Amino acid sequence: MADLFPTSVLEAPDPSERPVIELTGARKTYRSGTVEFEALRGVDLTIARGEYVAIVGPSGSGKSTLMNILGCLDTVTAGEYRLAGEDVEQLDEVELAEIRNRRIGFVFQQFHLLASLSALRNVELPLQYRGVPTAERRERATAALERVGLGDRLRNRPGELSGGQQQRAAVARALVGDPDLLLADEPTGNLDSTSTHDVLALLDELHAQGRTIVLITHEHDVAARAQRVVHVLDGLTQEETRGAVA
Amino acid sequence: MTWAETLRTGWAAIRSHALRSALTVLGILIGIAAVILTVGLGLGTQQDVSAQISALGSNLLIVTPGSSTSSEGIRGGFGSAASLTRTDAEALDSDVSAPDVAGVAPEKETSLSLEANDTNWTTTVTGTTSDWLEVRSRELAYGTFLTDDDDTDRAAVVVLGSETATELFGRTNVVGQTVTLSGTDFTVQGVLAEQGASGDANLDDLAVVPLSTMSEQLVGGFQRNSLSTIYVQAASADQLSAASQEVTTLLLNLHGITSADSADFTVASQDSLVSTATAVYRTLTVLLTGIAALSLLVGGIGVMNIMLVSVTERTREIGLRKALGAPPWAIRRQFLVEASVLGLGGGLLGAALGIGAATWLPALLDSTIVVSGAAVAGSVVIAVGIGLVFGVYPATRAARLAPIDALRAQ
Repeated sequence: MADLFPTSVLEAPDPSERPVIELTGARKTYRSGTVEFEALRGVDLTIARGEYVAIVGPSGSGKSTLMNILGCLDTVTAGEYRLAGEDVEQLDEVELAEIRNRRIGFVFQQFHLLASLSALRNVELPLQYRGVPTAERRERATAALERVGLGDRLRNRPGELSGGQQQRAAVARALVGDPDLLLADEPTGNLDSTSTHDVLALLDELHAQGRTIVLITHEHDVAARAQRVVHVLDGLTQEETRGAVA
Repeated sequence: MTWAETLRTGWAAIRSHALRSALTVLGILIGIAAVILTVGLGLGTQQDVSAQISALGSNLLIVTPGSSTSSEGIRGGFGSAASLTRTDAEALDSDVSAPDVAGVAPEKETSLSLEANDTNWTTTVTGTTSDWLEVRSRELAYGTFLTDDDDTDRAAVVVLGSETATELFGRTNVVGQTVTLSGTDFTVQGVLAEQGASGDANLDDLAVVPLSTMSEQLVGGFQRNSLSTIYVQAASADQLSAASQEVTTLLLNLHGITSADSADFTVASQDSLVSTATAVYRTLTVLLTGIAALSLLVGGIGVMNIMLVSVTERTREIGLRKALGAPPWAIRRQFLVEASVLGLGGGLLGAALGIGAATWLPALLDSTIVVSGAAVAGSVVIAVGIGLVFGVYPATRAARLAPIDALRAQ
């Protein structure tokens, strides 16, 4: 599998740069009428370049909220968030869209591929919103799909791909824009064991090439593949030390 | 995302719900076709009416008995009394008191049955004088027109319209033949050249006799001296208003009326008749176009409806696009383009249907439909505008969706 991901194509980011994620005292409060609910109660989290971090926690723990904030899909109520050195907590919707486009590659549990588009066109989407010219876009998307082992499935629509193939196409889409952070939300949640193995192997591979990966999961064996595991419970995080799995 | 890509994406979205999109387009299509047809029908009718009035002759004043309601809404003078007489017409022909008048053609009309051999045909019989041909801008195909002597002699001569001649004799060159009117034999002295139908009036189905013959032999009773209409031709277009003034003054004097408000006759110019008649049709056209435009409004609501459905259906797609970095304006533009493509489709197809209908409907309706390029282009632009306007709300809703919520939507 290693041959599919030559480091020359997928350049490793410079490790001397600032951490990818610097979250300090992050709080998130949801308000529903008069009821206030604090989903995050002061989270500190620093993730350096090239790290592979798993965030685990039961549902309702604030795990999803943390993921949304890390992914710039939501903003903190209080605290600071710097993504690749860039202060993002004060940005407006348009600026956040641009940050998502340039800095983050998402992989979702439900794949979220557009059914009407071919695999290639799906992978091209992030570049389309970045205004990359067609020829270059096509080239990069093709390269990304070849990298995840779908070089022969460029013209296929998501419906013509297996679950594992769809998730690999989604990974290709996440990678195509060369983001600082790969954010995977339960990427194996909808996959059988073989496909799960494929996708996790792919993430390992990307990590080996220097990608920064944050994986949100509730499965401990999935989390175990990461370098670091961060537990979220009641809106707070707790670092897990290697070998001391709770 | 470039415009071309946005357009392609929009087109793909429309195609993926082909039936739904087609029905939406149908709503716009019907509205646009209806607007094009009503405007065309209105313009056509106005054109017909003014052609009909122009066909009466050129530089004409039309004097009719009775008064019309003044612009202030006060009705003066007598009703439609038989107030015009031959004396009036002769006075108007004077070079001294009415120097701007070139010709006067008194007309007395009645409907009579004409007989020739075994055939009979009912038509309008007009009693008039020798100036009629000139004043009414008609020409003879055969024979001669009525002369002043015919009038003096109360001659039993008749000039037929071409269609009347054909109906009675089966041909048009019937000079010298005999036609019986109210039991009197009339000699056909001439046949008018074909003028063609103008609107509902058939200008080729008539019989013209000397005015004196008409009063003495064809109509009796106290109506015998009254005229239906006096056509007055001004010497030139520039002299039309002077002529109108002279006619009015002269007739008021002759009838012993001091105030113009209580005149027992009406002097109208062709222009004023055209503008009065077309004003009525214009109002009607505006009204009908308004009704047709209502159907466009309904079509627009259809667009909005379908776009709202589309936004709801594609909530997850919107969420994904936003997660991948689509700014709100890109999402808004996406849906606006989709809505205007629906509008454009409806506009173009509606214009095609309108133009198509305008070519075969006139034969069926027996009326003119004028389809102007400006109306068609305007309709297409309006259709796109409707798509845009009714797309704004759905598109804004899409653009405002929060990406997290949108991604989680089922």
